[in-house]
Formats: sequence, C-alpha cells, structure tokens
Amino acid sequence: MKIIACVKQVPGTSEVEIDPVTGAMKRDTVAGKLNPYDLFSLETALSLAEQTNGTVRTLSMGPPQAAAALKETLWMGAESAVLLSDRKFGGADVAATSLALSYGIREMGDYDLILCGKQTTDGDTAQVGPELAEKLGIEHAANVTKVLDVTDHDITVEIDLDDAVEVLKMHLPCLLTVNKDANTPRLPSYVKKREMDGKEEIRVITFADIKNADENKLGLKGSPTQVERIFPPDKNKEKEMLRGDKEQLSGELYRILSERKFV
Amino acid sequence: MYKAVTPADIAALKDILAPERVLSGEEIPVDYSHDELGGVSHMPDVLVTALSTEEVSAIMKYANAERIPVVVRGSGTGLVGAGVPIYGGIMIDLTKMNRILELDEENLTVTIQPGVLLMELAAFCEGHDYMYPPDPGEKSATVGGNISTNAGGMRAVKYGVTRDYVRGLTAVLPTGEIIKTGGKIVKNSTGYSIKDLLCGSEGTLAIITEAIMKIVPLPAITLSLLIPFPSMEQAIATVPKLVRCKASLVAIEFFETETILFSETYLGKRFPDTKAPAYLLLTIDGNEQAFIEREADKVSDLCLAEGALDVFIVDTEERKTSVWSARSAFLEAIKSSTTEMDECDVVVPRNRIAEFIIYTHELAQEFDIRIPSFGHAGDGNLHIYICRDALDEETWKRKLSEIFDRMYAKAKEFEGLVSGEHGIGYAKKDYMAEIYGEDTIALMRRIKAAFDPNCILNPGKII
Repeated sequence: MKIIACVKQVPGTSEVEIDPVTGAMKRDTVAGKLNPYDLFSLETALSLAEQTNGTVRTLSMGPPQAAAALKETLWMGAESAVLLSDRKFGGADVAATSLALSYGIREMGDYDLILCGKQTTDGDTAQVGPELAEKLGIEHAANVTKVLDVTDHDITVEIDLDDAVEVLKMHLPCLLTVNKDANTPRLPSYVKKREMDGKEEIRVITFADIKNADENKLGLKGSPTQVERIFPPDKNKEKEMLRGDKEQLSGELYRILSERKFV
Repeated sequence: MYKAVTPADIAALKDILAPERVLSGEEIPVDYSHDELGGVSHMPDVLVTALSTEEVSAIMKYANAERIPVVVRGSGTGLVGAGVPIYGGIMIDLTKMNRILELDEENLTVTIQPGVLLMELAAFCEGHDYMYPPDPGEKSATVGGNISTNAGGMRAVKYGVTRDYVRGLTAVLPTGEIIKTGGKIVKNSTGYSIKDLLCGSEGTLAIITEAIMKIVPLPAITLSLLIPFPSMEQAIATVPKLVRCKASLVAIEFFETETILFSETYLGKRFPDTKAPAYLLLTIDGNEQAFIEREADKVSDLCLAEGALDVFIVDTEERKTSVWSARSAFLEAIKSSTTEMDECDVVVPRNRIAEFIIYTHELAQEFDIRIPSFGHAGDGNLHIYICRDALDEETWKRKLSEIFDRMYAKAKEFEGLVSGEHGIGYAKKDYMAEIYGEDTIALMRRIKAAFDPNCILNPGKII
C-alpha cells in the first residue's frame, strides 16, 4: 500500500505571534515541532505500511525550516519526504493550503491512501484534510479512531461521531484524518538519524515546479479567509453546580439559560 | 504501656481543636488504618486534623502528659507501614496544612506547610520558572511525607534526594516544644544538624509543621532517551559506563518489558515501544540546544556500542508524557497484576546493580515466584516486587520471608543498605537491625529517647 502522510510543523509552544500587518502567523520566532495530532496519523500510516508491506512518504508545506519536521518523519520510519516551499505558498488559509497540498500530491505520483492529523495545534481548524480530499476528488473520512481492515481495493475504519461510533468501508484511494490518541505514536530513532547523518533527502517542490498552478489561488493572495485576530480560547474556570432531582435540575437549567438569553 | 484513649481525652482534644476536626471510633474512615503496602494495619482511636504548628504543639503536650501514642499522617502513600498507628492512639492528619507560604526568589527557597502535595509543589515551581528537583514516582504524596522518608525519585543521579533540598524545618517535639532548625541559609556549621536528623526519621523524632525547601532555576531543555536492549544484563551492564562517561545525566532508569506490559494494562494505554526485553530511560537537561544534542549523541553512541538495539528520542511534551506516565505508574501496575505483593527498596553501589538484579532473577526461579523489578539504576536503588499470585497464605509468608532474608543478605554482601527511599517503617526493622548491627541500633535508640523520652511519637517504627 502506498501511503502519503501529510504533516505540519507547528510552534513548540502555544504562544504564537501574529504579523500585525498580514494577520499571518509568524513562524520563525519559536522553535517548531511536528504537529502533535500528526503523530497519530503518521503512526497509523507506518503501521499500515508494515502490515501491507507498503511505503510511507511524507508531505508538508512550510518555510525551509519545516524540513526539520520532515526529517523527524524519516527518523520515525517514513521512506522519503517532500516539502512544498515557496514564498508564493506563504500566508495560506485552509483553502489555499489544501490546494497547494493537492498540487504536491499530484507531483508525488501514485498513492492508495492519504493520512492527515485531525487538526493542528496552531490553526485548530480541522478542515485541511477533508478539503484536500475534495481538491483531489477522492473519498474521505474524518475523526478516524481505528483501521479495522484493509484490502487492495478498500479500507474499513471506525470513526468517532461524539455520540456514536460509525464503521465505514471506503474505496481506495481515499483520505483519512486520524483522531488524537488513536494509538501510541512511535518515537524517532537515533539510529536512523545517525545513518542519515544530516543527509536526509527531502525533495523541495516550489511554485515553478508545479505544472498549471494557479498563482491567484495560492498563498495569502489566494486565501478567501483573512485572519483578523488569533488568540487562545478563554480558559473558563468558573463552575456552577446545580443539585436536585431531574425536574428541579431541568427547570433550574432552563431558568438560567433563558435569563442569560441563550434560549 | 500506653494509656488507652478515654472519652475525657476525646473531649480534651475537641477543646484544643474544633470539635468537627476530632473523629473517633466508627467515625474514622478505614483508610487511616493502613498505607499503600506495609502489610500492617491498625485503626487510630482518634483522628484529628491539625491546621497550625501551635495546634500540633498543644496536641503533643496533651498526649505526652497522658502517655497516648501519636502518629502523623500525610497522603498515606507510604510503603513500609511507617504511617500506621500500630498502638492506636491519636492520629494527626496534616493534609489540611497544605499552603505554599512563600516563594523567596532572592534566596531561592519555597516555604511550605507539610501537607502540600509533591505535584502541587512541582507545578508551582515550574509556574515560576523554577524546579523542585526531587521527583519520586508518587506525585500525590505530601512533601512532609517525602521529607520524612527522605524520598529520592527519578532525578537523583544529578540533583540528589529530598534531604539535599531541605534548608530549614519548623518541628514540634514529642514533648510539645516548637523548634526551628536550619533556615534560608546555604551554609550551616552551627552545631548538630537537627534538620538532617529529622529528614528520613519517618515521623519518629518530631512532627514537621513547616519546611523551607531549596529550588533551582528550571532548565530550559529536557530531553529523554528510551533505549531498548536485547537483554536485561546488557541494559544494566551499560549503567556504570554511563555514569563514568561524564554526561550531564539527570536520570538513568531501568525496566523490563514485562513491567511495561503491566502498565499498559493498568493505564489502558500503549507504550511507544515494547519490542525489546529491557530498556534504559535516560534524561539530560540543560539550557543550550547544542549542548543537549552533544550530550545525547555521546550517550546514544555509548549505548549502541554496548549493544543497544536503538535509541528513541523523547523530546516533546507529548512524547515525554507517553513514556514517563507509564514509568510513574509501574508500582501501581505491578500491584494490579497480582493478588498481593511486598517490596524490596534495596540500594547498592551503582556498579553492583546488574549483579543484584540477576540475583533476583535467580531467586524468582529458585522459589518459583514472580519477582518483577524496575529501578533507579543510576543511583543504585531498585524496586523489587515479590508477587503472591495464586500462593496460599502459608507458602506465601514462608517464601516471602526467605526471599527477603536472601536479598538483604546479598545487599549486605554488596555493601548496600535496606532502603534507598521508601524507609524502614514497621516492615523492614529487622532487616535494618541485621545490616547495621547492635551498636548503631543502640545509638539510634538513644537518639530516639533524647527526642521522645516517653516514646509516644510513632512508636514501634524504625527501631
């Protein structure tokens, strides 16, 4: 099975700095790391490859230093890596990002399965995976918690719908986004790192390398969404505890909600 | 020998404290009769919750006058029965004395009450960019309890143990007087070091009611390495070489895969790697990335040269959690894998640790019993668990006693000691007496008598 795992380098801390002019995230001020969510999809990819005698290639879009995140995927067991890097890709929202990634995948050739993390810790949209599938014209499923079965033609997965678990059988090729804690990701290997000795092969794809790319749909210019402000959600520590039987509780809850004009 | 607690005593204690902080008889939850493992249990007659040094002093004055035994209790996470009131009497619960009183950034100290939990102190310090280095596995233990057992933990290789971080103590003597020993001072050649005597005294000499703890600046970078080995012998034989290689190692932990599997079952979470039979887990800390990488390369190359199968890099918070949360759960995990167990917290010179573990494997075979172990390989402190599994009571007791005799005899042969960090309490008294011999035990008894002439504070423990 030929698998492509998409990964992203995210800031090493949760404090991110935003460019006041463009509203884009400044990525060169903090040490980056592999998006924690991508560790679970990468583990899914690597273990599926082991099971099916397949291969895993990784793909990322980002500035040149994002190569560090791709190197890490090689130390974890990926076979090769591709970095989409060009100033023309910079400042992209989910639409422009997924388009660029779809260009990258086209350049990478044949695949059976694309795996993405459910979301990233910096953008938190959880939209790039599904949107990438749309751009590629393949089936997709989000929030995958388990791969139940895989054949040459299809894959059966379990997905978490919060209040239900759905089992889906999908045709290959398709795209899956994998939930947090779906597995325990393997650790990067120092032996692999030492073998590569700084000579990790990362193919860089620039705008010029892509045939028929539409510049107006890429990067900041091609992003319909503009970030106005980015901030961590408030941590709400205040709690009100209601006590009573079912009727009292529902009555009280209704009173509070209507008082605060939520209903 | 001791006076039995009477209704008049209970009334007197209610007078000293608030009545709602004095429980007696049936009102006392059964949890207060035992610790995590000591193999001994006994209910206190009265359970009191103290909120200040003065209250503890008043209780001790009363108890001393009336000859009522007193035992102090923190989180109850001890492993050798030190906190069990084997003679009944009064138990003083100090868990409500749990305030962090002061962070002194000019003297690099934190002043705390004894009921502050280790995890609370660690988080508080990290929140201010400091580190409280002692890192025992049981994070819900109180720091007062940690001082009382001189707990060690997983950073001892570089940072030492709890005693090294106790700068000063306020304590109540068994006769009720309040003393202060040490202080916010770095050096001290002023007479006998009472604080060092209290540290590790398992609540037998005085009751610690306030502690000034030393802290250090939080290292900017911490990196762990998980290193699989093809055999337990090879893993453990690498340890002295790691110690000798002069790397800036904070922790050198050792465990076997069987233990990881118990922890997977216990936590319901897979460990990142279980393919090898044995692992070392190392931690390096520092402030410069280049330095950390150099040190990591040095120890990684050394381990590979010694036969390690790989070296896994544990660099981000998520990866550290996936490895260290399992490590911290080992004791509970082994406990949940069997019907009953007892432990041996032996400490030997670091270069004898491999031989000692091999010896426990031989004992396991000879006695046909399960003896999983893990430990702080870098400081020579092992945690060895003898599991009862399906044995009947009589066979279990017999085997356990013989195995303990043999292990402690071996520890003595290796110039090791009975306990590295869990203490002597009730369970290990005989073994300590055997290793130390009569003169030292007699000296300890005289020290105890000097502090506690009526022997009312935690009687029947240590000596």
